[in-house]
Amino acid sequence: MATVPAPDEARLPLLGSVKPRRLLRSALPAVSLALIIIAIAYLNPRAISYFGFSLMMNLAIPIALATIAQMFVICVNDLDLSIGTFVGFVGCVTATWLHDAPLFGVIILLGSIGVYAALGALIYLRNLPSIVVTLGMSFVWQGLAILLLPKPGGKAPDWLYGLMNLKPPLVPFPIIAAIVIAVVAHIGLMRTSYGAILRGAGGNPQAIGRAGWSLLKTKVAMFALAGTFGVLSGMALIGITTSADANIGNGYTLLSIAGVILGGGEFVGGRVSPIGAVLGALTLAMAASPLLTFMHIPPDWQVGSNGAILIIVLAARALITRREG
Amino acid sequence: MAGVIRLLAKPWLWSFVGAILVWLAAVAFTGGYGGGGMITAALSLAVFMVVVGVGQMFVITLGPGNVDLSLPANIGLASAVAMKVMDGSDAMIAVGLLAALASGTAIGLGNYFLIWALRIPPIIATLSASFIIQSVDISYGRGLQIKPPPGFADFTNILIPVAGVGIPLLAVLTVLFTIGVGVLLHRTLYGRSVLAIGQNIRAAWLAGIPVGRIRLITYVLCGALGGLNGALLAGYFRGANVDIGNEYLLASIAVVVIGGTSVAGGKANVPGIWGAALFLVLLLTMLNTFGVSAGVRLVVTGLVIVGVITAAGGQKTLR
Repeated sequence: MATVPAPDEARLPLLGSVKPRRLLRSALPAVSLALIIIAIAYLNPRAISYFGFSLMMNLAIPIALATIAQMFVICVNDLDLSIGTFVGFVGCVTATWLHDAPLFGVIILLGSIGVYAALGALIYLRNLPSIVVTLGMSFVWQGLAILLLPKPGGKAPDWLYGLMNLKPPLVPFPIIAAIVIAVVAHIGLMRTSYGAILRGAGGNPQAIGRAGWSLLKTKVAMFALAGTFGVLSGMALIGITTSADANIGNGYTLLSIAGVILGGGEFVGGRVSPIGAVLGALTLAMAASPLLTFMHIPPDWQVGSNGAILIIVLAARALITRREG
Repeated sequence: MAGVIRLLAKPWLWSFVGAILVWLAAVAFTGGYGGGGMITAALSLAVFMVVVGVGQMFVITLGPGNVDLSLPANIGLASAVAMKVMDGSDAMIAVGLLAALASGTAIGLGNYFLIWALRIPPIIATLSASFIIQSVDISYGRGLQIKPPPGFADFTNILIPVAGVGIPLLAVLTVLFTIGVGVLLHRTLYGRSVLAIGQNIRAAWLAGIPVGRIRLITYVLCGALGGLNGALLAGYFRGANVDIGNEYLLASIAVVVIGGTSVAGGKANVPGIWGAALFLVLLLTMLNTFGVSAGVRLVVTGLVIVGVITAAGGQKTLR
């Protein structure tokens, strides 16, 4: 039986011997990202520049948003295997309807968030395995995307293109965006009272239910949030790539799960970390960035490097936790 | 009467009923033309889903969180290994099959090593492993243009005429294989242990079941079946391919669940895998004969999976 998680413990000031290992564990995502950046700096000092970061972290924003979406679902002990094709579907809507008929596009996107919320309700009411429901939905989103855009094409709305290609002074846009995403998700989920209820619904549903909160509502809220961030991810992706393709988001399902876990999330028990998830997504995006090609890592091994990073971080975490326990 | 009721309560029956209904719909649409051909094609393609489905079934039966996400990468790599080892020569078929099995077995061992050493949920272990296997496959199978040996390609395509309908030899062998799997699951210590672990891992451990060893065997079994499937696919489609296994991640989970195996673990169903695989393949065949586009086909497949699981309902877990 999972106990109510006490994630705030890690952030309390260190009173006496409040487990330093736990602090170490929550610092792990940041450490792994720092190590990657140091490695890149060592191999190619010129990459550490305004332009270099803009290029390396180009695709980090949509990945981070998809990871946050996945995090909401994982927080209530479910798993979303459809987020990748959903991002692709949103991308196709963004590049077609949102560009040609903005009002209709907005309605479709809001409707798709509604579908996500309805899935949450269905999963809760019928006590269904989310892995199978979202697996089926991944076919549905992919099919809709293909119907909408049989061939790669479409065009990003100008305002979206402009937003994603901002060139703010000093700090590259992807970094600012990543900070904003992390802070918004952190405050919403970790610092509000309803956020605590939402996390509790993953950690100890019975307790939350007995305290009078509707578990149906928490499930629906989490899935609706996942849908919302999925929509943002698809839109951000199209703002960067400028045109869409029905298969554009397929890789995001596995990347987003990996990002949540890299960021210190656990599969069960409502133990997740929004800041960690964003850091995990950045780590994966950097590890797979096209810049690695210039650092003598052949493209063949880019996916593999993601796997290796994941295993190394998990091994480090296992070491820390084992000693702690 | 009681027998009929008991039969109707069998979840796997519905997947066969669904398969037959879908086939009838397709045959009605074509006016009776090509019904036999549809059966032949459905059996040929269902074989591959059944082989990986059996592996996935054992893994899923181990309990919540147990799922092998490395199957597609495993299948892709094994297809390349088999083709490279066979090198187009009939004499090397057996060696190539063994090499594919060895590749799958090694992946299964690797998966369990990650689960055991890092104490991480299997879903993440197999996910990380699949990233690495994918890279190995891309690098190893780059520009691989080796055709399967003619003897092997012919073998995977042999049809046995039964009442005017060609029954693939591979399907017959797979039926025998699944009968063996049924015995393994219900009549051996190993199979009963898998079910016990899925029902309650702590109780199983307290009862003295070697939980670690059983899980290891299960992941290795699933990996080996993935490897075998890779080799067979490469023979049937006449060549290896990095993406050859892609559709089998979703398909392997779908056939297991539609076939009546509990996602919560501890309850497995072997005949249901055949019914579900035939149902899914025939559903695609039917949509193809209706002439619908690829997009509609995907949407309908997805809605059917969601519909089936909703109708079947979730299991009340005790936890």
